[in-house]
Amino acid sequence: MTVYLVRRLIQALFVVLAMSIIVFVGIYGIGDPVEILISPDADQIERERAVAALGLDLPLWEQYLVFLGNALQGDLGRSFVFNEPALKLILQRMPATMELAFGAMFLSIIIGLPLGLYAGLRPDSPVSKGIMAGSILGFSLPTFWVGLMLIMVFAVQLGWLPSTGRGETCSIGGFVGLTSCSDGLQWSFLTIDGLRHMAMPALNLALFKISLVIRLTRAGVRETMLMDYVKFARAKGLSPARVTFVHVFKNILIPVVTVVGLELGSTIAFSVVTESIFAWPGMGKLIIDSINVLDRPVIVAYLMIIVLLFITINLIVDLTYSMLDPRVRLETKGT
Amino acid sequence: MKRIHQRQAAAASVFATALVLGAAPALAQTATIAVGAPVTSIDPHYHQLSPNNAVADIIFDRLVNNDPQSRNIPGLATEWRAVEPTVWEFKLRPNVRFHNGNAFTAEDVAFTLARLPNVPNSPSSFAAYARTMTRVEIVDPLTIRFHTPQPYPLLPLDMTNVRIVDKETAEGATTEDFNSLRAAMGTGPYRAVAHRNGDRIEFERWDGYWGERAPFQRVNYRMVTNDAARTAALLAGDVDLIDQVPTSDLARLRQDQRVRVAEQVGLRLIFLGLDHLRPANENSPFVTDNDGRPLGRNPLADVRVRRALSMAVDRRAIVERVMEGAAVPANQFLPEGVFGHVGDLQAIPYDPDGARRLLAEAGYPQGFRITLNGPNDRYINDSRIVQAIGQMWTRIGVRTAVEAQPWTTFVGRAGRSEYSAFLIGWGSNPDGSHPLRNILATVNRDRGWGASNRGRYSNPQVDAMLLESLSELNEPRRGELIVGAMRIAMQDVAVVPIHIQTNIWATRRGFEYTASVDEGTLAQRLRPAPR
Repeated sequence: MTVYLVRRLIQALFVVLAMSIIVFVGIYGIGDPVEILISPDADQIERERAVAALGLDLPLWEQYLVFLGNALQGDLGRSFVFNEPALKLILQRMPATMELAFGAMFLSIIIGLPLGLYAGLRPDSPVSKGIMAGSILGFSLPTFWVGLMLIMVFAVQLGWLPSTGRGETCSIGGFVGLTSCSDGLQWSFLTIDGLRHMAMPALNLALFKISLVIRLTRAGVRETMLMDYVKFARAKGLSPARVTFVHVFKNILIPVVTVVGLELGSTIAFSVVTESIFAWPGMGKLIIDSINVLDRPVIVAYLMIIVLLFITINLIVDLTYSMLDPRVRLETKGT
Repeated sequence: MKRIHQRQAAAASVFATALVLGAAPALAQTATIAVGAPVTSIDPHYHQLSPNNAVADIIFDRLVNNDPQSRNIPGLATEWRAVEPTVWEFKLRPNVRFHNGNAFTAEDVAFTLARLPNVPNSPSSFAAYARTMTRVEIVDPLTIRFHTPQPYPLLPLDMTNVRIVDKETAEGATTEDFNSLRAAMGTGPYRAVAHRNGDRIEFERWDGYWGERAPFQRVNYRMVTNDAARTAALLAGDVDLIDQVPTSDLARLRQDQRVRVAEQVGLRLIFLGLDHLRPANENSPFVTDNDGRPLGRNPLADVRVRRALSMAVDRRAIVERVMEGAAVPANQFLPEGVFGHVGDLQAIPYDPDGARRLLAEAGYPQGFRITLNGPNDRYINDSRIVQAIGQMWTRIGVRTAVEAQPWTTFVGRAGRSEYSAFLIGWGSNPDGSHPLRNILATVNRDRGWGASNRGRYSNPQVDAMLLESLSELNEPRRGELIVGAMRIAMQDVAVVPIHIQTNIWATRRGFEYTASVDEGTLAQRLRPAPR
C-alpha cells in the first residue's frame, strides 16, 4: 500500500512537471500578453516598460526557470491582470466552483441512482422507457442551451429563481454563529438566497451526469440480476429488498464510483460554460477570462492545480475500489 | 441571415418568451447594473482598461471630468489655463472631501501624479500622463501648476485620465489594498463598500459629494459576461441596467414597452488597415496574382488601389444588415461634433464600377488575390464584417479569402505587420490628435508615435502638421492643423474607415440611463425615470 502510494506520488510529480512545460510553451506560442493587456494608445516606451515589468523580456527558458524556482517555494506567480498572487485568486474562486460541482454530483446521485435502479429492475415498464428517453435528452442537449432555457423558464417567465449570480454567501463559522458571515471562505449553500441562486446552475451542470448515472446503474443492474449469486440469494429466500440493495447494489457501484469520480474532476475543472452563462464567479470563469487575455501565471497555476486534483481523485477512486471489492488489490496494480 | 449565432439565437428566444417583467420599482433605493466586461482592479492607476476606468470614475474624480458627450467639464479643478506657454495652472475645487472625510488639496494631486509611474507590475500604466511634466508645483492648497518642457495643449485632456486618490490612505498602498477597498478612497458620487473579484462591486451613495447627489442609496455593479444571460437578467427583472446590448436583440428591445434603450454614437471606429510597409516593388505577404503566384509588387502601395478597395465596401449594407443599425457609416476617425472631425470630407461612395475602373487604371484590370484578416472575438460582429467585406471586394475582381482568428493570436501578428489587409478598431479620445498620433503618424519610438500604426502608414506632411499641433496652444489654430492632417491622411486612404459603433444600454421601465460617447457604464448616469 505504502509502496503503491509513493510510486503514485512520484508519477504525479513527473506529470506536473511535464504539464508545466507544455502549458508554458503553449501559451508562449499563442501570443504576446502585453499586446493584449496594454492600452492601445500606450507608446513604445510604455510598451517596453510593461514587457520588462511582467518579466517577458527574458528568453523562454529563463522565464520558465524563474517560474519553476518560484513554484518550488510555493509561489505560482502574480496575475498580470489582477496583480494578485495567482494561487490566491484561484483559491478565492474555488469554493464557488466546488460547491457547484458537489451540488451537481449530489443531484446526479440522488436522482440518477434511484431512477437507474428502477429502470434496471423493471426494464419493460413504460416509466423505465420514459426515464431512458429522458436520459438521452440529458446526454445530447448542449449545456449552454439548457442553461439559457432554464433561465428563460424559471427566471424570466415564472420568476421563481434569480437568473444569474451567486447571491448571498456565508462562512461556515458564520453559519454556526461563531464569527460574522463575511469572515472566511464563502459558501452559498448556507443561505436560502444562495441556494436559490445555486439551484439552476447546479442542475444544469448535473444534467449530463444524471443521465450517465442512470444508464450506468441500469446496465449494471440488468447484468447483475442474471448472475448466479443473485439467483442463489433469491433461492435462499432473501427478501427482494435485501437482494437488490445489498447484493446487487454493492456490485454495480464500482463503475458508478469511477465515472462519478472522474466526472467530478472534470466538473471542477471545466464548468466554464455553466459558470459563464450563470455569471457564477468560479474558477471556470476565471480560467476562460484569463485565457482571453493570456494571463499566463493564472493559466499555468490553474492547470497545475487541476492536474493535482485529477491525480488526487484518481487515487481516491482506486482506494474506494479496494473497499468496494476486496478482489482488487492495490499492490498488484503497479506491476 | 440564416445562420444566426447560437448565442444570439438563444438570446432571441429568451426574449420572445419573456412574458412577465417585474413592475417598476416602487422605491428606487437600490439599483443593480450588469456589465459585460469584467472589472479586474479597483486601483485606478494599475491597468488602463475601459471597464476599470469606468469603475474608477464612479469612485474617484479627475481634475477634468467628461460629460456624456466626452467634453471636458470642471471636475476637481474649477478652471485651468496656460499661465505661460509651458506652465498649466489648475484652480482646485474648495470644500471637497474624500470618502474617509479627508479634505482634498493640491497635495493629493501631486501625490497622484507621482504614483502613476510607480505602480508595481502594471501591464498598462498611466505613467505617460505624468511623463509630459518636468515639475509639479504646489502654489497653494487649492492651486497647482504643471511645468512641461514644450508648450503642451493636451494636458487638460490628459487630466481626464488621471483619477485623484487620497494621499493619506494611498501612500504606500498596493493594488491589493485598493482591491480590498482599504485604500479605495475617492471623492466620487459613490463609495465602494464591497468587492468580490470578478463577480460584483457594491457601492453606497457618498453623502459628502461635492456635485449633484447620487440618485440611489446603493448600487450593485455585477459582471455578467454572457450576452444572452445579461439580456435575460434584465428581462427577469434581476438587474435594472445592462450595457453592451447584443445587436441581434436590438430591434425587438427598441419596440418593447417594458424596456428602454439608450443609444449614442461612440468614438470607436472599425476600419481596415492596409500594408504600407512594403514598397511598390515588393511582395505583400497575403497578396498574390490570380493564379496564387507572388505578384512581385505591393498593389496596396498605390493610392488608386486603396481607394478602389474603399469604394467597393457597401458601408450602409454592413451597418444595416450586419450591425442591425448599431453603427454609422464612417469616412474618418471621429464623428461629427468632436474636435478633429473633418467637416468637408465627402462620404465614401459605394461604387463597384468606379472601383473596377480605378483598379484597371492602376494596372490590375483582372484584379488580384488577397487575404483579409481580422479578429473574431474583439469587436461587435467582427468576423461577420470581415466576411461581408471579403465578398464585396471579390465583386470588384479582388478575390478575397477571409481569415478571422481570436484576438490573442491576431493582435500580435498585426503588430508585427504580418498582414496585407486586416480589420481592427480604434476607440479614440475626443481629440483628433489621438488617432493621428497613434495610428496615422510615422512609427517613431522617441516621439512615441505610431504605436498602433500596424499598417506602417507614413506621410511626412501628416507628421509635420501633427508635430506643429502638439505644441500649439491656440485652440482654433490647433484645430486647423489636426483637421488638415486628418484630411490628408483620409484622402490618401491611409486606412479604410468602415463604421463608428453605437454604444447601447438598456434599462428596465422606471429607470433612465444617459448614454455616452465613451463606452464606460457609470452608476451616476443611471437614475429613476421621471414619472
